[in-house]
Amino acid sequence: MALTPPENRLWWKEPLQKMEITWISIAFLWGLFMFAVMIYWHINGQQNLSNEAYRVNPETYGQKVEAEAEKYTVREEGDTGIPVVHPPAGSDVYMLARLWEWWPILELEKGQTYRLHLSSMDWLHGFSLQPTNINIQVHPNYEMVVTLKPTDSGEFGVVCNEFCGIGHHTMLGKIVVVDKK
Amino acid sequence: MASNEQYRVCPETGLKVFFSTEKLIRANAVVAVVFLAIGGLFGLLVALTRWPAVHLLPADMFYLALTAHGADVLLFWIMFFEIAILYFASSVLLNCRIAAPRWAWTGFGLMLIGALMANVAVLQGGSSVMFTSYVPMMAAPHFYLGLILFAVGALIAVFVFFGTLVIAKQENTYQGSVPLVTFGAITAAIIAVYTIASGAIILVPTFLWSLGLINNIDSVMYKVVWWGMGHSSQQVNVAAHVSVWYAIGALTIGAKPLSEKVSRGAFLLYILFLQLASAHHLLVDPGISSEWKVFNTSYALYLAVLGSMIHGMSVPGAIEAAQRRRGFTQGVFGWLRKAPWGNPAFSGMALSVVMFGFIGGISGVVLGTEQINLIMHNTLYVPGHFHGTVVLGTTLAFMAITYLVVPLIFQKELMFPKLAQWQPFLFGIGALGTSLFMMGAGTLGVSRRHWDITFADATLSFDYPPTAFLMMGLNGIFAILATIGGISFIVIVVGSVFFGKRRDEAACKANPVVYQGGGEAVASYGSEHELKLPGTITLVSVFFLAFVLYYFVNWKYLAEVWPLS
Repeated sequence: MALTPPENRLWWKEPLQKMEITWISIAFLWGLFMFAVMIYWHINGQQNLSNEAYRVNPETYGQKVEAEAEKYTVREEGDTGIPVVHPPAGSDVYMLARLWEWWPILELEKGQTYRLHLSSMDWLHGFSLQPTNINIQVHPNYEMVVTLKPTDSGEFGVVCNEFCGIGHHTMLGKIVVVDKK
Repeated sequence: MASNEQYRVCPETGLKVFFSTEKLIRANAVVAVVFLAIGGLFGLLVALTRWPAVHLLPADMFYLALTAHGADVLLFWIMFFEIAILYFASSVLLNCRIAAPRWAWTGFGLMLIGALMANVAVLQGGSSVMFTSYVPMMAAPHFYLGLILFAVGALIAVFVFFGTLVIAKQENTYQGSVPLVTFGAITAAIIAVYTIASGAIILVPTFLWSLGLINNIDSVMYKVVWWGMGHSSQQVNVAAHVSVWYAIGALTIGAKPLSEKVSRGAFLLYILFLQLASAHHLLVDPGISSEWKVFNTSYALYLAVLGSMIHGMSVPGAIEAAQRRRGFTQGVFGWLRKAPWGNPAFSGMALSVVMFGFIGGISGVVLGTEQINLIMHNTLYVPGHFHGTVVLGTTLAFMAITYLVVPLIFQKELMFPKLAQWQPFLFGIGALGTSLFMMGAGTLGVSRRHWDITFADATLSFDYPPTAFLMMGLNGIFAILATIGGISFIVIVVGSVFFGKRRDEAACKANPVVYQGGGEAVASYGSEHELKLPGTITLVSVFFLAFVLYYFVNWKYLAEVWPLS
C-alpha cells in the first residue's frame, strides 16, 4: 500500500512495465515538443512580446507623453477633453497609465507598424486591448516598447486588467484604427 | 519523557496514533475547515457580484471580499489542512511520536494569530490589495505582519515534520523506505521551505516599507520574488493532494502504487523543477528576457509537467489494478463502473484526479506558454485555471480525505451519510462550472478582479461581447451550486465532529471505513505476466488527445491577434 513502506526493499531495482515506459516517453517527448514550439514561434511566429524596456522616471515619461500628444493631437474625444493623438504612420507612439485612465487616445492606421511605449505613473496597471485581446503588464519606472501592427480597423477598448484601487473598473482607454488615407 | 508517550492502536489500520499527534491533527483540521467556510462565503459574494444581473456588492466591498476570499481559502484553509497532513504522514504512518509537540503548538498558535490578524486588516477596509498585494499599492502594516507570523508558524510546523522523520529513523519505527504517501509529504514539505523563504524575503521588506522604514520596492523584483512564494505554495498543494490521492486509493480499495520507483521519481521531478513557476506570472512584464521566460515557464523542458502526467497514469492505474484484483474485470471500464461511487472519499478523490488533469492541468500548461499568455494574462482565464487546480484538485481531494479523517482520527460516525454521498458531486460540478465559465469569459478577454464590466462609471465606453455576460451569469449559477456543496461539507463535518456518535472498537469492526483486503492488491513485480490495464490506457489516451487539441486551438487563437514583436 501507499501507506506502508514498499514491500520490496529494493524498490528502485524493480523493472518498469511497458505501459509505464510508453507513457513516460510520450509525456517527455510532448514536453520537448512544447518547449520547441515556443522557440519556433520566436523565429517564425508573428506574435512575440518584445524584450525592449528602459528604466524611466515617471515624471520624465509623463512629460514625454504630453509633448508627443501636443505635437500630434487632431481633435478631442467628444466633450471628455481627452485628446485624440494621430502620430505619423510607422513612428513611436506613447501611452501612459495612471489612476484611473489610459492617456491619451491613440489613432493609428491599419496595416502600419508602430512602436508603442507603455509605462505607469503610479501603481501597476494591465494594458488589455479588446476585443483583439492583447494583454500586457504595465509597471511604474519601466518603459516598455512593443512593436505592433493593427490589422483591423475600428475602435478598441483599453481595459485595465490589473487591480489598481477603488476606481479600477472605471479605467478605460481607447485606440482607434483608421483605414489608410 | 517522550518515549513512553501515550498512544492508541487504530483498530482498522493497526497504526499507532499518538494522542499528542491526534490533538494536533484535529486542531489544524478544524481551523482549516473554519477558514474554508469563511473564505467560501466570500467567494460566493464575489461570484454574485460578478454576475451582471445580480451585481450584489458595492465596489469597495467587492474588492475587500475578493482579497479576503483569496487569503482565507488559498492560504489559510489549505495550509492548515496541509499541516494536518504532514503530521499524519509522519507521526501516524511511521508509528512514531511527534517531535517537539510544544513547538508544533507554538507553530499552530502563530499561524492562527497571523491568519486572524490578516483577516482583521482586510475587514477593516484599508488592505484591499488582493491576494497578490503588488507594490506600490500599500496595505496596512498588520496585513503583512499577519502573513509573516503565519509563514513563521508554518515553517515551525514543517520542521516538526522533519524532526519526526528523524526520530522515526533513529528509533526504527518502520522498516525500509518511508511509505509513498510520506514521500509525497516530504516533497510538499521541501517545496514549502523554499516557498516560505521566498515569502520572508519579500514580505519582511514590504512590511518595513509599509512602516515607512524603506522608501522604495521595485515592482518587477517584488513580482519575481513574491511569486516564488505565491506559485510555489500551489506546488505544495499539488504534492500534498497527489499524496492524498494515493492515500485514499489505498484506504478505500486497497490500491497499491503500480511502481514505487515511477511514483517516487515523479515526486522527485516536483522537488527539482516546480519552483521555476514564478515565471508564469511574468510572461508579459517588462525587463525580462524571452530566454528566461521560456526556460522557467516550462519548468525546464516541462519536467514538472512530466511528473504530473506520470501521476495521472499511476493513480488511475493503481485503482484499476486494485479493482481488477478484486474481481471487477469486465470489459475496459467494468472496474470503474463497480468502483465505490457511494463512498464520498472515493468519489471525491476520483473527481479530483480527473478534473485536476483535464481542467487545471491542461489549462495551466496553455496559460503558461510564453506567447499564448499574451491573450490570457490577467483575464478571467487565470482564476478559471487555478480554480481548476486549487478547488477541483486540492480542495476536493482534502474534502474527500476528511471523510476518512472524521471516523479514523476524530473517531466519530459520519452524520448525514446520504448527503455525504452527494456532496463531492454537488461541490465538484459547481466548481467545474465556475472554472469552465471563467475560462470561457477569459478567452473573450474579460478582465479578472473587475467590479463592473459594463464600464458604467467610465468616461469612455466599451462593450464586451454578449456571450461574456452569459458566461458570467452561468459562473454565478454554478458558484451557488458549489456553495450548496460547500455548506453540505461544513454541516456534515462540523456536525459529525461535535455531535456525531462516538466510534468505538466494535463499530470499527462492524462497519470498517478502511478496505480490509490488505496490501496484496496488485501482482508483484518480476512475476512473468504483464499487468493489463486497458481502462487506464484508454483514459490517458483521451487525456493526451484533449491536451494536444486544446494546445493547438490556443495557438490558432494567438495567430489571429495583431502582429507583435
